[in-house]
Amino acid sequence: MDAELIAMQLFSGIALGAILIMVALGLSIIFGMLGVVNFAHGALFMVGAYAGLWVASRTGSFWWGLLVAPIAIGLFGILIERVLIRPLYGRSVDDPLLLTFGLGYVLVEAVRIVFGSDGIPFQTPPELSGVADLGIGFFPVYRLFVVGVVAIVLVLLWLGLEKTKFGLIVRAGAKDPQIMRVLGVDIAKVWLLVFGLGVGLTALGGVLAAPMRNVNPEMGALVLAEAFVVTVIGGMGSLLGAVVAGLLVGVAISMTALVAPEMATIVMFALMAAVLLVRPQGLFGKKSRA
Amino acid sequence: MTASTSSLPAAARAPRSPWRARLTAWRVPLSILALCLLPWLLPSQALAVNVLIYGLLAVGYNLLFGYTGLLSFGHAAFFGAGAYVTGIAIGQFGLPWFAAMLLGVAFGGALAFLVGLLSIRTRGIYFSMVTLALSQLVYYTALQASSWTGGENGLRGFTVSTINVFGWAIDILDPVKKYYVLMVFAAAALWFVSRVLNSPFGAVIEAVRENETRARACGYDVERTKLLSFTLSGVIGALAGTLFALHLAIVPLDILSIHTSGMVVMMTLLGGAGSFFGPFVGALAFLLMEDVVSLWTSHWQIVVGTVFILFVLFLPKGIWGTALAALAGRGGR
Repeated sequence: MDAELIAMQLFSGIALGAILIMVALGLSIIFGMLGVVNFAHGALFMVGAYAGLWVASRTGSFWWGLLVAPIAIGLFGILIERVLIRPLYGRSVDDPLLLTFGLGYVLVEAVRIVFGSDGIPFQTPPELSGVADLGIGFFPVYRLFVVGVVAIVLVLLWLGLEKTKFGLIVRAGAKDPQIMRVLGVDIAKVWLLVFGLGVGLTALGGVLAAPMRNVNPEMGALVLAEAFVVTVIGGMGSLLGAVVAGLLVGVAISMTALVAPEMATIVMFALMAAVLLVRPQGLFGKKSRA
Repeated sequence: MTASTSSLPAAARAPRSPWRARLTAWRVPLSILALCLLPWLLPSQALAVNVLIYGLLAVGYNLLFGYTGLLSFGHAAFFGAGAYVTGIAIGQFGLPWFAAMLLGVAFGGALAFLVGLLSIRTRGIYFSMVTLALSQLVYYTALQASSWTGGENGLRGFTVSTINVFGWAIDILDPVKKYYVLMVFAAAALWFVSRVLNSPFGAVIEAVRENETRARACGYDVERTKLLSFTLSGVIGALAGTLFALHLAIVPLDILSIHTSGMVVMMTLLGGAGSFFGPFVGALAFLLMEDVVSLWTSHWQIVVGTVFILFVLFLPKGIWGTALAALAGRGGR
């Protein structure tokens, strides 16, 4: 096995991990702030991919799909929070989880009605197809692009959370919503936006993943499990944890695919089991949470 | 007992009115009576068998979700394990049906013990995520181990046509006879679950659900209680799986998917989590809904999903739980 092949596989692992980071970050942000595990997250990833596909086919440009779909689905997420999840605050933590699970069911079936049950191929946009020579080997341009986009989004997110007033409110609200209310912050509005942001991130993951995976109504089920694995490994509510664990899982999957392809999907679950045995709160999780 | 306390939610433990106490005392005979009548009340025998099997699965699940308060999203793993192991034992090892069933239940129970061991290390919302992820692991393992499980095509070739009970051969290709043979196992399991709920252990699992910290402070080993509840729940699920295998004589891979796990959760909640009759009512409601809606559209899941969302929002106690609460409000006076 030569070094170039390993390097290429390592890189596709990073690209896969980048997508997982988007999904897991959305999940983690929503949980950290609202205490809600969004079981419709995988379905919204799938809806994001379809929305990107639809916009791209209408406008004839992948770029419009990449821009419009995450924003549109994020707005849809805001609607979900307002109409369906808000009535459940103050009830058992299981209730929003159950509700979003049912919502995932409805979304998958709705997409089946509109787009049919079969998968739809999504062409890599011509300006992003082909391979690039980076000196150490040839890498698909599209995957480089995906890693780049995710890196930019991560930096923006970090700046937004650490350097702005809104980020300060979000971070403080995650620690103690009661105090924020006392200080006169309309925390309900913040929750609305955070839910929309989390859903928008997974939709962005869906659009980015579309040219790399087959777009079909069932694609969300595996993504949901993958996002859970990443979140459990990284630690719930930890953004750094989601990034590190996302890359870890992505690389683990692609490296296993090189040696034993039939084990590729199974290896991430083994990784999760190992982390649960050694550090049940996850690599970057704090003990008290959850 | 005053009128105001009798309108407490159905979740409150001790039956508060005489008729509730009587209902609880007679819950096993009443369930068996209802199951005996089921094939004659429903439009088809196939529907009755499905209600029996999925109802039993939901009863086992309810032990964990309704009574212990642990929301697992991975119950398909034990249901599927029971079905697969029974099918493999009959088809590839030529075991008699009863030995195959025992093996299926034992394997499903052992798997539940292992999954429980891992997932109980996590708490609250983590638990649901870990059980879902581990059941996906079982799904993909079965997909890869296709020489044993048949992979995507499912497991075939283990049809049991007659069952010998002490020299008395029963032809289970006859749907009515098959229903009553399977019902014997379901009835035994119902009695067992009722017995568990009436035992001191039954009180402890409800204590864990109501207040884990207090249960721990009272000196109960919360982790072992949860693990035992998880394993028992898995054993009942595996038994339902073995019945599924005997009934259909094929095991589709889909039995292990997240859809099966989700369906059990939905059935239990629709019927009423934490009530004895709830899971069967829920299984009946779910399957009837599927049957009726799929008459006019193949997209029945959108209707089922919407109904489920409405239940979470407005009727979280489910059909049976809500009916009980309503009756208790009136009957107590």
